[in-house]
Amino acid sequence: MTLSKTGSMRKGAEFLMTSTILEMRDITKTFPGVKALSNVNLSVEEGEIHAIVGENGAGKSTLMKVLSGVYPTGTYEGQIVFRGQESHFKGIHDSEQIGIVIIHQELALVPMLSIAENIFLGNEHATYGVIDWNANEKRTKALLDKVGLKEDPKTLITNIGVGKQQLVEIAKALSKEVKLLILDEPTASLSEKDSQALLDLLLEFKRQGMTSILISHKLNEVNRVADKVTVIRDGRTIETLPRKDISEDRIITSMVGRSLDDRYPPREPKIGDVVFEVKDWSVYHPIHAERQVIKNVNLNVRKGEVVGIAGLMGAGRTEFAMSLFGRSYGRHITGEVLHQGKPVDLSTVSKAVENGIAYVTEDRKTYGLNLIDHIKHNVTLANLGGVSSRGVIDDMREMSVANDYRKKTNIRASSVYQLTGNLSGGNQQKVVLSKWLFADPELLILDEPTRGIDVGAKYEIYTIIARLAAEGKAIIVISSEMPELLGITDRIYVMNEGRIVGEMAASDASQEKIMRAIVRGEGKKAS
Amino acid sequence: MSTESAPAPQSGAAEDVKQGPRVAVSALTTNLREYGLIIALIVIMLFFQYTTSGTLFKPVNLSNLVQQNSFIIVMALGMLLVIVSGHIDLSVGSVAGFIGALAAMMMVIWPLGMFSNPLVVSIVCLIMGGLIGAAQGYWIAYHRIPSFIVTLAGMLIFRGICQALLGGGSSVGPLPDSFKALSSGFIPDVIGPLTLVPPTVNAAGKTILGSGLTLHMTTIVLGLIAVLAYAYFGFRTRRKREQHGYEAEPFSLFVIKTLVGSALALFLVFQFASYRGLPVVLMVMGVLISLFVFVTKRMTIGRRIYAMGGNAKAAQLSGINTERLTLLVFVNMGVLSALGGLIIAARLGQAVPAAGLGSELDVIAAVFIGGASAMGGVGQVIGAVVGGFIMGVMNNGMSIMGVNVDWQQVVKGLVLLGAVIFDVYNKNKA
Repeated sequence: MTLSKTGSMRKGAEFLMTSTILEMRDITKTFPGVKALSNVNLSVEEGEIHAIVGENGAGKSTLMKVLSGVYPTGTYEGQIVFRGQESHFKGIHDSEQIGIVIIHQELALVPMLSIAENIFLGNEHATYGVIDWNANEKRTKALLDKVGLKEDPKTLITNIGVGKQQLVEIAKALSKEVKLLILDEPTASLSEKDSQALLDLLLEFKRQGMTSILISHKLNEVNRVADKVTVIRDGRTIETLPRKDISEDRIITSMVGRSLDDRYPPREPKIGDVVFEVKDWSVYHPIHAERQVIKNVNLNVRKGEVVGIAGLMGAGRTEFAMSLFGRSYGRHITGEVLHQGKPVDLSTVSKAVENGIAYVTEDRKTYGLNLIDHIKHNVTLANLGGVSSRGVIDDMREMSVANDYRKKTNIRASSVYQLTGNLSGGNQQKVVLSKWLFADPELLILDEPTRGIDVGAKYEIYTIIARLAAEGKAIIVISSEMPELLGITDRIYVMNEGRIVGEMAASDASQEKIMRAIVRGEGKKAS
Repeated sequence: MSTESAPAPQSGAAEDVKQGPRVAVSALTTNLREYGLIIALIVIMLFFQYTTSGTLFKPVNLSNLVQQNSFIIVMALGMLLVIVSGHIDLSVGSVAGFIGALAAMMMVIWPLGMFSNPLVVSIVCLIMGGLIGAAQGYWIAYHRIPSFIVTLAGMLIFRGICQALLGGGSSVGPLPDSFKALSSGFIPDVIGPLTLVPPTVNAAGKTILGSGLTLHMTTIVLGLIAVLAYAYFGFRTRRKREQHGYEAEPFSLFVIKTLVGSALALFLVFQFASYRGLPVVLMVMGVLISLFVFVTKRMTIGRRIYAMGGNAKAAQLSGINTERLTLLVFVNMGVLSALGGLIIAARLGQAVPAAGLGSELDVIAAVFIGGASAMGGVGQVIGAVVGGFIMGVMNNGMSIMGVNVDWQQVVKGLVLLGAVIFDVYNKNKA
């Protein structure tokens, strides 16, 4: 499929890379005091899906920002050759002009505008500033067909799910006549089903001859679609693996620079009596009052036990956890929580914390951290009483607490005075975790504790979970990654559409069994 | 600063290695905003000292400067917390005007008997301010009405009530002298004056202008105590940090900072002492500033306000009652607006319908010049105070220079814009 390109190449020096669409040579990017990239090389063939993997903070995003012109020419060293021509981008506009389009992890759509308005934002079909809506909608329809999204172009972005929003972003990229599509963690917040659909779409684009770069943490996805994988570690290119050499173990070894014998730390569960028991828990939607989100959930968790809650996106797991934690979600909440057999009042967050419950959110940036403040202040926020007397904070005590937890959870930062907004995802997660560990809960609810963080940091989080369980804490882990649940929990509840549809010991659970429970749960509802 | 020694951006290896000049530089750059602000104030003061041919630092003018601008700074303390928590309060000028009118009516017009005593009236007025703050804060905190709208309404409402209370365009006064002392009084000299240079008497039996130098000793003693306490506590905190192994800033920087601060303070104290001593309102301000520094830096409630402003959802999920906290922030603002209103009325000696008109803008400007972020979560008490003084010195200096009031506004606007641009530029560079 690259033959036609070959003919158009003339200069001898470029003949060697005839089918190479993009060549980044010796890219070095320095921030004050830190070398973020050093001599990174990346070569992408026309028509392939090229995956870039690496731990958080390895330099993947920086590399893509160099490529897309976010860091303009002159602020880095090295060369970018795109379709045989050396490029000097002064901004994103320049790179988009020649067909390089990047879709960031955080989607850049305007929620209160329609799909059509978003796709042609800044690029509207207009004469003298007067927009031709018919032309816009017609073209939007065509683009939506290409990405397989069946929605009215007039639908507001805020009214469609994240998976569909992702498709709108891709349609927007297509509208710009993209030659090289870069996707940064596209499936990070998508359900299994939406992720699969997105990957299928990428493969379809490949058949049509489009080149794409995929940045992902999910190695099974990389495994499925990538033609080549480039591994970046500590701001350097480690290696580029061809299709035949791609395997999860191989990539992991290369990413972390050591082999991970086991992806989950070994642990000897010592399980005691039931600490917390939830009875008949029901919750209604905060806005649509007639919609019951959680339906008569019963579950329990024992001392020293790690309990998993499996389920698909939208099964109600987060809603359940947040409604439990100080009624932070929903209304008309009914049901009972027993702590060692006695009912407890969890009606506010501070009461829940007092009664020994902590909830580590799935969305650390929105619900977990004060990003403009440093590690020390974030760590003590949920238990300021622990570092103060009569409302006066003991600075020295706070300092030693922060340093203590920084060591315990292995937060990599220059000091506890580093802003949490400048930390990588894995380290941010460790700060949120530290915050709740310092509150010293009996029951720790972890909602997607390893979402969007790299393999090395995941292992560290698992180790912390294992250690807490060994210390006798009760732990609930909500996760969409079934292998993770199977790897670290003792018992798994399966949730679907607000109901518990299955319960099994982790030892005799499997991905198939969990899926079957979900599907059976769905069938029950239909009948 | 070798870049090669740091293998990865997040590696923590580099920080433990060596301190020294590197730390000094980083301490300077991280505190650039704070130092820069104080340096800017000093530069502005020197500038006006020059252009007013020495009038600015004259003891009598310093007293005026403090008395004219103290209400801005008092209200800026409350406004800082409002802005840090992510809100704004546009009603403070009107509330101050209304409280001034209320105080004047209670003391002069209404037959309240013993309840027209200035002290009783002041307490009632402060409570009233708190209630006003609560009324506005209630809608903002519990019903999530944007503070901009609630306080814009408050601004109209209380200016209207203020004017209605005073019966149209008239002013109410004169206010009792004991009340006026709040603004124009000086602390009593309990130690007794010290004549340093006896006044020279000329042939006509009058003292030659500027010849005698008598010092207000209580002021000198208070000033010395304050400076010593400042140095002592600074040193003690430092020692404590060192004992725990936490080095913050190099010793030389600490010494320079302490010496410059003390020298500046002593100079001002001397100037006040050679006039009539410390103004009462300066003492009130000093106590409030110390209190708010303590609350924001050392107390859990202060910490919670910053956390709420930085990320309200995360704060809520950390067990902080953000609604009640927001309400408290507005109650505090209301009380300080009331105090500001009392100070204005005391200085004018009467209540006028336009008292405090437009002062909300000066107050908000002071907080933003002081480095607070309009997004919430960022801002320092000292910054707001210095910002307030920068506004005050500019007002005072330009008035002495005879700059037209219209152009004064232009200059103040440019300074506000410049300060915020400087901030944003600094942040992007980092």
